[in-house]
Amino acid sequence: MARMKFLCDADRCIDCNACVTACKNENEVPWGINRRRVVTINDGKPGERSVSMACMHCSDAPCAAVCPVSCIFPTEEGVVLHSKDLCIGCGYCFYACPFGAPQYPRIGNFGSRGKMDKCTFCAGGGGNEETGSPEEFKKYGANRLAQGKLPLCAEMCSTKSLLAGDGDIIAQIYQERVLKRGYGSGAWGWMTAYHEKPSV
Amino acid sequence: MSTFLAQVRHGLVSLGFLVFIAAALPVSAQQSAPNVPIDPDASSVKEQSLLQEEPRIQGRIDIPDARASVLIQPAGRTWDHFHEVTLHWLGAIIVVGMLAVLALGYLLLGRIRISAGRSGRKIARFTPIERFSHWLTAVSFVVLGLTGLNITFGKLLLLPVIGPEAFSALSQAAKYAHNFTSFSFMAGLFVIVVLWFKDNIPKKVDLDWLRQGGGFIKSRHAPAGRFNAGEKMVYWLALGAGAAVTVSGLLLLFPFYGTNIAEMQIAQVIHAIVALLFIAMILAHIYIGTLGMEGAFEAMAIGEVDINWAKEHHDLWLAEALAKRPDAPPGEPAPAPTPAK
Repeated sequence: MARMKFLCDADRCIDCNACVTACKNENEVPWGINRRRVVTINDGKPGERSVSMACMHCSDAPCAAVCPVSCIFPTEEGVVLHSKDLCIGCGYCFYACPFGAPQYPRIGNFGSRGKMDKCTFCAGGGGNEETGSPEEFKKYGANRLAQGKLPLCAEMCSTKSLLAGDGDIIAQIYQERVLKRGYGSGAWGWMTAYHEKPSV
Repeated sequence: MSTFLAQVRHGLVSLGFLVFIAAALPVSAQQSAPNVPIDPDASSVKEQSLLQEEPRIQGRIDIPDARASVLIQPAGRTWDHFHEVTLHWLGAIIVVGMLAVLALGYLLLGRIRISAGRSGRKIARFTPIERFSHWLTAVSFVVLGLTGLNITFGKLLLLPVIGPEAFSALSQAAKYAHNFTSFSFMAGLFVIVVLWFKDNIPKKVDLDWLRQGGGFIKSRHAPAGRFNAGEKMVYWLALGAGAAVTVSGLLLLFPFYGTNIAEMQIAQVIHAIVALLFIAMILAHIYIGTLGMEGAFEAMAIGEVDINWAKEHHDLWLAEALAKRPDAPPGEPAPAPTPAK
């Protein structure tokens, strides 16, 4: 069974935000919710680095562990999904997430948190809705994985910096790249998310 | 050597060979050391070095949400471990431990009776405003405590019993109850802190009370004013703990209003630990005010206490209160002169 992961090659990311736009459009993410974002470190200075970040779908995901109502869970393929029916909008998953993936609409009383929303690896949601149904799309966005497709952010990446798919395959692609070009800053976030580096 | 022509040929061949080798060297050099890899990002930052300098990696973003500028904060996993492991153990030890101590206390001491028995005569102890404020705070505290414990322990204890849908609905309601009840708690706590500040200032008599065993040793008499040392400890600890949960709670209620992710995590840690200790203390307070001591509960329930109870547990206060009475009931012995404080 494939273990799905993201890998952003920080040496190729040019901060074009195609991944952000693709995700927003494909999943019809409401205004104010940002499932994917590009963070630029040392912007404008020599050695500027951009990294695209959404949910990393961690191994032993801390969001799933800390959720007071246990509404977050990993699938067989390692994709971390959650159920918006069970979510109470407490905000703890955001405190636990090393990558700031959970987002909350400010629709509660006094602008407090509504149901959590985050990157689903374009794999729909963890609720009871039928896979690929309009109800599932309305709540969680696209379910590309069920159609055998990969997340649109990686598909749309203009430099093929963002890779998504089977962890072993994308690690191999990245390693081959590093060997061919002779440099690589590593797979950002992999140690924190998966407790491993892409092995050579 | 052979003919001159042969020599020339030999020399030319050798020369050609040398030229060939000379030409071949750079070619082989090309093949053995291809374009020396130029790393265009050599001066750029690396993940590990950034994390060694700062606890989290931050950068510039295009969206107005300031939280999104944090790329990686590994402390999230640490906070998760605190909440799922450390806090569970702390909670179990503190709360269950206190219940065990109270149970032991009851088994050993039983309900502390009024030694002289009830006299049937009453004296006013708490005004209606004092009682209202106390009960407002108390009921709010119970609601806050239970809904707060649900966040940490609900999924362990309640979720397996009622199932995920019911538990989520309950937890959703509990979240709102917790958020809104916090305001009545803050208001009530503020009022009782102000009302009882004067009577809770530590005095020398409190040391005597402690030395005499605080009313738990029947053979000794522990002197006390309106509030004894035990009650004063509850007051000051409640003030401190109440202030801590109020400040941390308000930060949690209005997240990221001037706080960053690390500060939010710290606020939650403080809120959780102080709340657990507060719950343990209030459990003891509830015990002594209800089951633990005869004659105590009516003080806060109806505002009056039995004179014999007051004589036994708050003799100095009783003397002052009786002296203030415009008319002493007939047969009542002359009140003892007010002792020097």
